[in-house]
Amino acid sequence: MKRREFFRTSFGAGIAAGAALSLGGYDRLWAAAPGTAKYDMVAVMGGNPDAMFDLAIQELGGMETFVKKGQKVLVKPNIGWDVVPDLAANTNPLLVKRIIEHCFKAGAKEVYVFDHTCDNWVNAYKNSGIEKAAKAAGAKMVPGNSENYYHQISIPGGVKLKSAKVHEILLETDVFINVPILKDHNSTRMTASLKNTMGIVWDRGYWHSNNLHQCIADYALFERKPALNVIDCYNVMVKHGPQGVSKEDVVQMKSQILTADWVAGDTAAAKILGVDPQKIDYIPIAHKMGIGNMNLDNLNIKRIKM
Amino acid sequence: MTSSFLRKFRIAFSAIIFICFLAVFLDFRSLIPEKFINYLLFLQFVPSAIKYIDLKTVAAGGFMVVILLTLLSGRTYCSFLCPLGIGQDINSRIGGKIRKKFRRYGFSRPHTIVRYSILALMLGTAVFSGVYVLILLDPYSIFGRFMTYLGKPVILVINNFLANILGRFDIYTLSHVEIKGFKLAAYIVPVVFAILTGVLSFIKGRLYCNMLCPVGTLLGLISKISLFRVKFNESKCTKCGRCSIRCKSSCIDFLNYDIDVSRCVDCFNCIDTCPEKALSYSLLGTRSKVHEETKPDESKRKFIKGSVLMLLGISSYTRAQEKTVPVPKKESTVKEPRTSPVCPPGAGSIEFFTRNCTACSLCITSCPNKVLQPATGQYGLAGFMQPVMDYHKSFCSYNCTVCTEICPTGALKPLMPEAKKLSQIGKVNFIKDNCIVKTEKTACGACSEACPTKAVYMIPYEGNLVIPETNQEICIGCGHCEFACPVTPYKAIFVDGNPVHQAAKKPENKESDITTPVEFPF
Repeated sequence: MKRREFFRTSFGAGIAAGAALSLGGYDRLWAAAPGTAKYDMVAVMGGNPDAMFDLAIQELGGMETFVKKGQKVLVKPNIGWDVVPDLAANTNPLLVKRIIEHCFKAGAKEVYVFDHTCDNWVNAYKNSGIEKAAKAAGAKMVPGNSENYYHQISIPGGVKLKSAKVHEILLETDVFINVPILKDHNSTRMTASLKNTMGIVWDRGYWHSNNLHQCIADYALFERKPALNVIDCYNVMVKHGPQGVSKEDVVQMKSQILTADWVAGDTAAAKILGVDPQKIDYIPIAHKMGIGNMNLDNLNIKRIKM
Repeated sequence: MTSSFLRKFRIAFSAIIFICFLAVFLDFRSLIPEKFINYLLFLQFVPSAIKYIDLKTVAAGGFMVVILLTLLSGRTYCSFLCPLGIGQDINSRIGGKIRKKFRRYGFSRPHTIVRYSILALMLGTAVFSGVYVLILLDPYSIFGRFMTYLGKPVILVINNFLANILGRFDIYTLSHVEIKGFKLAAYIVPVVFAILTGVLSFIKGRLYCNMLCPVGTLLGLISKISLFRVKFNESKCTKCGRCSIRCKSSCIDFLNYDIDVSRCVDCFNCIDTCPEKALSYSLLGTRSKVHEETKPDESKRKFIKGSVLMLLGISSYTRAQEKTVPVPKKESTVKEPRTSPVCPPGAGSIEFFTRNCTACSLCITSCPNKVLQPATGQYGLAGFMQPVMDYHKSFCSYNCTVCTEICPTGALKPLMPEAKKLSQIGKVNFIKDNCIVKTEKTACGACSEACPTKAVYMIPYEGNLVIPETNQEICIGCGHCEFACPVTPYKAIFVDGNPVHQAAKKPENKESDITTPVEFPF
């Protein structure tokens, strides 16, 4: 599909008829709709990041459940900081690599990796180890450093965040796999799946100044939802997050959560971090808005210990 | 030597040097290692001399090599090593191609009073008050500013054009780079000098170098006793005058067999052009008179008008590239009470820094984060164009030491990453009355999130909210908090510069009592 044409038709229609319909004509966007898997959530504990993912994705019926042959996939880790992998400020590169390999095995045509970093993007891509890992697996690293790459979308149901500029690669790919790392966060208390979307948009300063928690929940209404969230809880930054100061901030938890429901995923992640999910405002807000389910008791969860 | 080899060698050598300089200043992807930049800049006269006065080490002795070179060979520096000189040669050449007349120079008298006054003024101010005149007139720094303020935007436009095309095919090897302009005032100096050197070299060859450039004048004085020089073989000369017409420095008085060595830049064009091989570059020989005039004409005016418009166009284009950010509904009310600007890491103190920096802008163009901006008034009038940290534009990367490693004048001293992480260039200050958490009663924490040392941390506020608190002892003044703060027009957190840089305390950190889980907590 021609990119321009895509934008013109989708956004043109969106402005005219409301963005809910804006992408309606493009079935491929829904090709990997969640809900086709055996479980609502798979949680693994006790292995290496790649081995845990192998096991968990198998329980969900393999990557084929989410990625169809010939599709383009966006793998969106957290690469916010210019620090080494041991400090666990960025998603584990080994996990990113393994996810990409599974995507290609399932027949993906292209896999793209990007983040709108907080630190200098060139250094963050490099020092996080993710650039090397992703390229080794055959994925393309996409820069996110310039406003030029971001396109206006609207979020009709948003309470505070009614529009945002999102990276073009999210709009051009068929499947979105969200790969956050679980971390302590100084103001929202925790960052995982939902908060990882702050690296998809350009103007996150707006979120900070317009009720951060509400904006995080509002963004999750946007049509391009993740087909799968893989929450990296292998090394977890338990304090001084999201950037961390030194290794003392990190505890090895050797866990991983796979789910299509990011509210459920974040609820489980909060419990791993030892924080009451009710106290992380965006989780109950998102639950009330119907974005996902924070009542884990109502979900079909597969728990695996390695 | 009388062969045309000398001229060809000069052109080849200077072309390589010039390309290296272009690469160093236009390298927006930080591909060139700092070491290479240091090698290239070692021989730049003014930066090296300033560094030597401060450090007194052989490592900063490039200018002495240049003096020796001048004693031996005359002003070869001006033709072989000076990027501004080589650039002017290229420009003269273009001028000659457009109008043959512009490449017919002829002999003229030296501007003795002007050039020696400027040299005296420069030496005088350098001894008594600092580098202020040099900031304007050091040829290397002038060239650096051309590249940073006028050349780089052009390269970025080309890069972005190509990146956009490649992006259509999902190729991201080139990435789009936002062109962030500087304050308008910062363009005044480079634009004025671009016009001055551009016009003079276009129609008058090396007039700028022989009238205004203090380095040219100084080396000219030294070359009066140089060993090798261009000289006439009076028996062979037929007084055809071709040499004099080709001389960019207008220093050949062929009627009297006299070449003014203080102005000769050893370009060797005369040797190449002489049909009788009556000119040679060899050991010793001198004497001096006569000149011709040219009238101004339309094409000159047109050219000047064109180039002025182009230069102004570049500066206004780059400024127009700045995009707007959505503004939160409430505006902050308390103006940041700044007492001092923040000067770059490695400077030691503002006083030392402003006395040693020639505003060549190499650090400004090399800074990966673009936090270094030309000062317009922060250091006072004398420090105009010297780099200053601007935390509204960007912030200083915790791990980065690029500016300290490449500074050719030693105004910034090299810092190891570990030393840089403890070098406090300013201190954080929090203005609670501007903070979103207080004014809007919503969560933010962008400042604390950004802080690499946790000098900004969050403490409980109302309900579930947390609000920033600062610890100046471990703050290094990187400005990431100020940059990240979403409040406008005044920030709720800002870094006030340390006039004298201090040592920050190393942040302490204890192991967490949270342990590795053995059971799923859900």
